[in-house]
Amino acid sequence: MYPEYLQLSLEKVAEKREANTALQPERMTAEEKDVLLKGFHPDYRTDQYTELRAGANKGDKVNTELAETLMGRARIHAGDVNLDHIDYDVDVLIIGAGGAGCAAAIEADNAGANVLMATKLRLGDANTMMAEGGIQGATKPTDSPAQHFLDAYGGGHYLGKKELVYKLVTEAPECFQWLNDMGVEFDKEEDGTLIAIHGGGTSRKRMHAAKDYTGAEIMRTLRDETRCRRIPCLNYAACIELLRDESGNIGGAVLINTNTKELKVVRAKTTIITTGGSGRLHIQGFPTSNHHGATADGLVLAYRVGAPLLFADTMQYHPTGAAYPEQILGALVTEKVRGLGAKLVNADGDVFMHPLETRDVAAAAVIRECSERGKGIDIPGGGQAVWLDTPMIEKIHGEGTIVSKIPGMFKMFNKYGIDMRKEPILIYPTLHYQNGGIEINEKCEVANTKNLFASGEVVGGIHGRNRLMGNSLLDVIVFGRESGRQAAARAKEVDHVGRLNLDHVAEFEQELSDAWVDTGVVSPKLFPNYKANFRTYLDTSFSSDKADEQ
Amino acid sequence: MPEKNEPNLITINLYGKRYRVPDNMTMLKALEYCGYAPTRGIGCRHGFCGACAMVYRIKGERQLHYCLGCETRVQDMMYISTISYFPLEKQAYKLDELEPNADMIMHLYPEIYSCVSCNTCTATCTQGLDVMGYIHDAQKGDFKACAEKSFDCIMCNCCASRCPAGISHPEVAMLARRLNGKYIAPEAKHLTERVAEVKKGDILEDVRTLMAKSDDEIRELYNNREIEK
Ligand SMILES: Cc1cc2nc3c(=O)[nH]c(=O)nc-3n(C[C@H](O)[C@H](O)[C@H](O)COP(=O)(O)OP(=O)(O)OC[C@H]3O[C@@H](n4cnc5c(N)ncnc54)[C@H](O)[C@@H]3O)c2cc1C
Ligand code: SF4
Ligand code: SF4
Ligand code: FES
Repeated sequence: MYPEYLQLSLEKVAEKREANTALQPERMTAEEKDVLLKGFHPDYRTDQYTELRAGANKGDKVNTELAETLMGRARIHAGDVNLDHIDYDVDVLIIGAGGAGCAAAIEADNAGANVLMATKLRLGDANTMMAEGGIQGATKPTDSPAQHFLDAYGGGHYLGKKELVYKLVTEAPECFQWLNDMGVEFDKEEDGTLIAIHGGGTSRKRMHAAKDYTGAEIMRTLRDETRCRRIPCLNYAACIELLRDESGNIGGAVLINTNTKELKVVRAKTTIITTGGSGRLHIQGFPTSNHHGATADGLVLAYRVGAPLLFADTMQYHPTGAAYPEQILGALVTEKVRGLGAKLVNADGDVFMHPLETRDVAAAAVIRECSERGKGIDIPGGGQAVWLDTPMIEKIHGEGTIVSKIPGMFKMFNKYGIDMRKEPILIYPTLHYQNGGIEINEKCEVANTKNLFASGEVVGGIHGRNRLMGNSLLDVIVFGRESGRQAAARAKEVDHVGRLNLDHVAEFEQELSDAWVDTGVVSPKLFPNYKANFRTYLDTSFSSDKADEQ
Repeated sequence: MPEKNEPNLITINLYGKRYRVPDNMTMLKALEYCGYAPTRGIGCRHGFCGACAMVYRIKGERQLHYCLGCETRVQDMMYISTISYFPLEKQAYKLDELEPNADMIMHLYPEIYSCVSCNTCTATCTQGLDVMGYIHDAQKGDFKACAEKSFDCIMCNCCASRCPAGISHPEVAMLARRLNGKYIAPEAKHLTERVAEVKKGDILEDVRTLMAKSDDEIRELYNNREIEK
């Protein structure tokens, strides 16, 4: 149910629907896109960026929220915890138990390593669980790894590290088989042929799915496998700092029990960071599609021990995040909605772009409509949005299409009394994916460090400056597995981990104070703090006038 | 500026304590609004992970409700508790060594045969699944049916929390789906062939040739690539 004040705009949208459905909006020219992106894409908002003044990327600019986190103060310092008291002594420590973490755990276990996973929420509570759309892989005779390379490398604006892209596309088929053999239920035809469709930027139909639960299906299967193997996983155990030994090699980490705040010391021959993305930093104030724990922790952990980041300045904003009702603010409205023919229209009911422009272009166009052009719609609670005219879908494909093709979307809005078959929905870009991250090589070794590995959304370089949908779930599997294999192999070569220390924390903080930096932030952040937002919104929440009767 | 809808304040009871909260929030947000900063019983925040199971009653009503806190709106006089963890029984197995038949499930999860067909699980399911139905399918060793009926299960464990027979429904369903994916669904022959091709290596030569080209050459190829219809 939309508030009264939106009725006028809704009427305009309805009036023009017939004509808008038939309309064939022009695609933008390369020049138009360029101007649009530079003017309105958040990646180009230099006023929102801050220079890093310490660490391996000193001198580079990243989003201010990320810069403050990267240059934050540590949660612990030498002396806060007895590092000679080892609580867990393992071959391979895996930080984070999402898709990449579980894939790594399984492969390290295959290699005979003694593995420990530690994760902030529960095993499997992760962005991987939320991926709806699909996973790419050149499995079809009409497709090839070379074609996949072309799409991924080109889509990333020719900036991906070629050897990483090579690994991504050439190992994809085997990874599909690996998943299938573990029981992942990919969508198939009767004869077993995998069903694949196009995704943004693909030249072949290469997007494979498990209904609209692709990530969940992969995640729950990997999780089940780690449980079947009894690979130990510490839940509610957030890593707050890596540890080095006397020779400067990474030798484990300090974990905090998020419930009791108790600290634990892990000594590990090798360590893998798989902590995922950073949507919950709410870069530039954007809402996010990410899970509660996506706070860039892994970037902080690695950066503080001297690891460089690659393309950490670029984020993916999904053009269609839910903007209303507030309950689902930031939730993903899948690309499929536009794929089925729904167009974006402004407050006057006018179509302002082709519905299938790429994510970055579409996001910028929505932002321009809501800012410079003043054609956005005010949403209750503050902020702006545009309409995504979903009733067009059934005008084009007939009644029933919405419920049969995008049931999840229908359910999500219907819960709040919005029938997207009859009324349009309100959308605004949402912070979706971290394009860059920790720099690794094809063995997943983290640059500038020893015995430290990383995989998944936390790394940078595979997707250049722009990830194509479906390539991240794939990278999570390909590089997750590789990091597990490599870390296990290296662990065999390490016969001794020296005395552990937190010297890097002191070194980093010295660098910060030499540069006169004090961001006032403590990091890794672990969780977003929404309590604070609400307090400014309304001051008193609980009533003193009545007793707490049962 | 149009007139904004200011939210109405309503009363909820959280863990036995009363709070006044705006009525446009999800239960999870209301929890945060009241000053809690949950570090468990929270995950995706968008209905995918099952971490935020909650149970509530509306004061004066007899019915008990189970739901996901991240996608259920607060109502006046809602009495709420969270179920951030519920103990289930999960068997460890080697999928490669299992035979997808009823004997196997009888061995792993014998308690499913104690189902008294009360249908409480189905009535409780936050995803509206036919939970009793899929447990009955599992009893018969019909893993395909069990997998299909349970596909949307997000493993919130609400059903299990109410089952008089102590069944761990989501774990049974998980096993059924893995069996279905591995053994019952037809093989993707083109995938097997592609994997063999990659192993042989010729097909990788093309990628290496492409990689060796300059970015300008690759750009040329990219911009002129043919898009499959
Ligand atoms: C809504 C949504 C839809 C998406 N759709 C698609 C899609 O269709 N196709 C596609 O390819 N990609 C998609 N993606 C992207 C993709 O899902 C992710 O990039 C990918 O799953 C990341 O996997 P990961 O294992 O690297 O990280 P995650 O799966 O996020 O796992 C990270 C884990 O690390 C833990 N962690 C974090 N910090 C710490 C710490 N300090 N200590 C311990 N543990 C920690 C987290 O709790 C979590 O368990 C989507 C993402 C979202 C959010
Ligand atoms: S709640 Fe338990 S006993 Fe009742 S129908 Fe469901 S599985 Fe059977
Ligand atoms: S069947 Fe799955 S989704 Fe339904 S209540 Fe049980 S665990 Fe939750
Ligand atoms: S938090 Fe994941 S389902 Fe609610």
